[in-house]
Amino acid sequence: MHIAIIGNGISGITAARHIRKLSDHKITIISAETEHFFSRTALMYVYMGHMRSQDIKPYEDWFWAKNRIDLVHDYVEKVNYEAKSLQMRSGKPISYDKLILAVGSKPNKFGWPGQDLKGVGGMYSFQDLEYMEEYSKGLDRAVIVGGGLIGIEMAEMFHSRHIPVSFLVREKSYWNGVLPAEESAMINRHILEHGIDLRLSTELKEIKDDGKGQANAVMTNKGNTIPCRFVGLTAGVRPNIGFLAEGDLETQRGILVNEYLETNIPDVYAIGDCAQARNPQPGRRPIEAIWYTGRMMGETVAHTICKQKTKYVPRLWFNSAKFFDIEYQVYGDVRAKAPENHDSLYWEREDGKASIRLVYDKNEGHILGFNLMGIRYRHEVCEKWLLSKTSLKEVVQNLSLANFDPEFYKQYETQIVALYNEKMEDKISLKKKRSLNSVLRFLGSRG
Amino acid sequence: MAEINPSMSLSNPMPPVLNGVQKIATAVGSIGLLFLMIAWAGVNLPSSGLILGVSFALIATAILLFAWQAYMTVPEGIKNNGVFFSSIAYRGILGWGAGILITGFYVCLYWFPSTLEQVIRMHDGLSMFLRGKAADQWFVYGTFYTFAVIFMGIKFILKYKHNTYQIIRTISVMFFQLGFAFLLPAFLATMNQPEEYFSYFWPLDSYALRPDWIAGKADLGTFGYWIIGIGIALPFVVTPILTYLYGKRWYCSWVCGCGGLAETAGDPFRQLSDKSLKAWKIERWMIYSVLVAVVLLTVLLWVNHQTHNQLLGGITEPYKKAYGFLIAQMFSGVIGVGFYPIMGSRVWCRFGCPMAALLGLQQKFFSRFRITTNGGQCISCGNCSTYCEMGIDVRSYAQKGQNVVRASCVGCGICAAVCPRGVLRLENGSVDINQRTEDLRTIHITEGQVKILSMDA
Repeated sequence: MHIAIIGNGISGITAARHIRKLSDHKITIISAETEHFFSRTALMYVYMGHMRSQDIKPYEDWFWAKNRIDLVHDYVEKVNYEAKSLQMRSGKPISYDKLILAVGSKPNKFGWPGQDLKGVGGMYSFQDLEYMEEYSKGLDRAVIVGGGLIGIEMAEMFHSRHIPVSFLVREKSYWNGVLPAEESAMINRHILEHGIDLRLSTELKEIKDDGKGQANAVMTNKGNTIPCRFVGLTAGVRPNIGFLAEGDLETQRGILVNEYLETNIPDVYAIGDCAQARNPQPGRRPIEAIWYTGRMMGETVAHTICKQKTKYVPRLWFNSAKFFDIEYQVYGDVRAKAPENHDSLYWEREDGKASIRLVYDKNEGHILGFNLMGIRYRHEVCEKWLLSKTSLKEVVQNLSLANFDPEFYKQYETQIVALYNEKMEDKISLKKKRSLNSVLRFLGSRG
Repeated sequence: MAEINPSMSLSNPMPPVLNGVQKIATAVGSIGLLFLMIAWAGVNLPSSGLILGVSFALIATAILLFAWQAYMTVPEGIKNNGVFFSSIAYRGILGWGAGILITGFYVCLYWFPSTLEQVIRMHDGLSMFLRGKAADQWFVYGTFYTFAVIFMGIKFILKYKHNTYQIIRTISVMFFQLGFAFLLPAFLATMNQPEEYFSYFWPLDSYALRPDWIAGKADLGTFGYWIIGIGIALPFVVTPILTYLYGKRWYCSWVCGCGGLAETAGDPFRQLSDKSLKAWKIERWMIYSVLVAVVLLTVLLWVNHQTHNQLLGGITEPYKKAYGFLIAQMFSGVIGVGFYPIMGSRVWCRFGCPMAALLGLQQKFFSRFRITTNGGQCISCGNCSTYCEMGIDVRSYAQKGQNVVRASCVGCGICAAVCPRGVLRLENGSVDINQRTEDLRTIHITEGQVKILSMDA
């Protein structure tokens, strides 16, 4: 059997690796972006000089041939589902028995005047990175539009090259559709601390042309004009399904898939950023364009193809990011606007650069989520508490089990306990000191 | 038209390349270095002791000023911006220049010390003060070495001002270098005792435990027997216990002088280590060969000694000389430090050090230490692997949720520091020693009969 995979991002690559682990099928991965898989989340570090482009390739180049995974560096023009054949830009068609679409995302554009000028770009692909590089030389200011994860990364990238940045955020506070108010405010402060010209509640109205087809200023909805030679459009991404939208494949925003990641066409699957679940799991969105979900879908589809039909059932939500110097981790259900039954214990360090939020169910008393800024928590411990609906009290008493900060770091669990006692009028105390042995015993997987 | 808030429009408080203070610092440091170069060229400087003091003061001031500007005027965090655009840090003209300069110094030091005569004479005053005798090339070397560890150590601490593990670890290597490798031997010299380096022992010190070493110490009486006792206890009792408890890091990145220099002066070059699988294969062949070589050397010398040169007498002497030249001088000194700017800061520790080999075997098979991977949070970015001075492909473990248990890991903790997602933690636990390396530890979700590895933590 020949399995063709379009897209060599984390979803497609994970699918290919697991298909190889589970079978001897012929595997072909097609990408127009780069010859080899690279970590998309690490692109920013290449621009910033932390790594070279070869350093963000998670596997050495010999890996693919050794694992009999064929790489084709070409562009798929069209898919002929009847003939099970891919029409390639270079001419020679590729036939397949099963097809996995892992074509990823592209930056949103909302019809802004001037959005297609030179010097206007997103930050998603390797080509976007090259584009940024091309325009960075002598750049005196960049304006970034869109207050999400890619926007702040782009701000950090230009900042690392000493290029002044104006950062337009439509919302009243950075990423406040995802982060609760306190965490969002913390990141506002941190952005300003880095000398970024952060403009909240500000939208892009128009990108101005210098008369030669190159952007030279943006106008905001507040009537301000900011001169700049580069405009970063980072107002989210959407599935990159342009070449697939016509024809028999059912699509909406993304490629519609059932719980098995199957599209409406037999033997065609869609995974990762481009997949849109017809019936998402409760509490989950139909399109989840993040690294971790892409990886899980890749593995799931490999099982479906090689072994037995396997549902994509992501259980616990988790994610992570880094906002300049502040790391962020989230486990479970943490909402920007707490629903009626949610409440949280929120602790923030005196310097306002680290915080811990424990979200719990007000009525039932069990833990719902962890939101960490500048502090690391153990994924598996949090997961175990969340899946077993542990009471907030028990979580707080054993909080040291979750602490994943480096050795000798100051630990803040006693302050959370104090906060709990104050709020609940209780007198509990920490049961244990931080210790790996305690963690291993708690997880019970061994020992 | 523009109304950019001026207080916020200065994107980066640090202007490109060097700011004014850093330019001054560079000039100050260069003048300090120039005095030493003039002496190296053979010029007999008047009041050379004073000039040496001025040189050191200028260079120290330069390092501190530069580091202060680089790290203390900006928010705390990882400071790797522009590393791969840097001439010194990424094999540019400055990198090659520094490599040639340091290598040249080592060549002179080991084989042509007379070329350093004027530099050595500059140190007479300091040597008289500390040891009560005139300087020799090894005193000069120790002084430079300690100076580098202390002041580049302070630079490193400022760089990682937010990271308590890095701060404490660096204070430790500074303490052991200054106290155990510099002041204590000097103090012993003033007491008319041999200059003992207690943080440097067999098998790294290939002279230790030889028959003539034992005999020499025994001649010293009680003090000598103490040295012999410590010399035996350190490799055979203290080392296994501490390595069991904390991994080889207790020595390699907390105590050892070679490690101390690598972690301080060598820090800017850590990204130059080779991460390929091929390099790992070469590493394993080389480092265990050196361990075998030094064990063989010690055993041969004893056999030779016991049989009064009747057995193997003919080959032992040339073998001893070859080890001394190839391993102790060529490898650990010339290549080990001279090639910092070309091959990274841990070439010796990774490919040659017999002590590291021995500690590594203990770490791999009998230790509580590991680097834990935090569930499914890895994004395969590669910062951990890139900044691993030992060339370990940390990412290859982290991205499959496997703990890192590698013989070569010196536990510097930089992978965990540069990880942008909080995925790595150095830690010790006794509960699961034999399962530390288990593949895909994170399997615990099942869907029907199918185990989905990545589906949650």
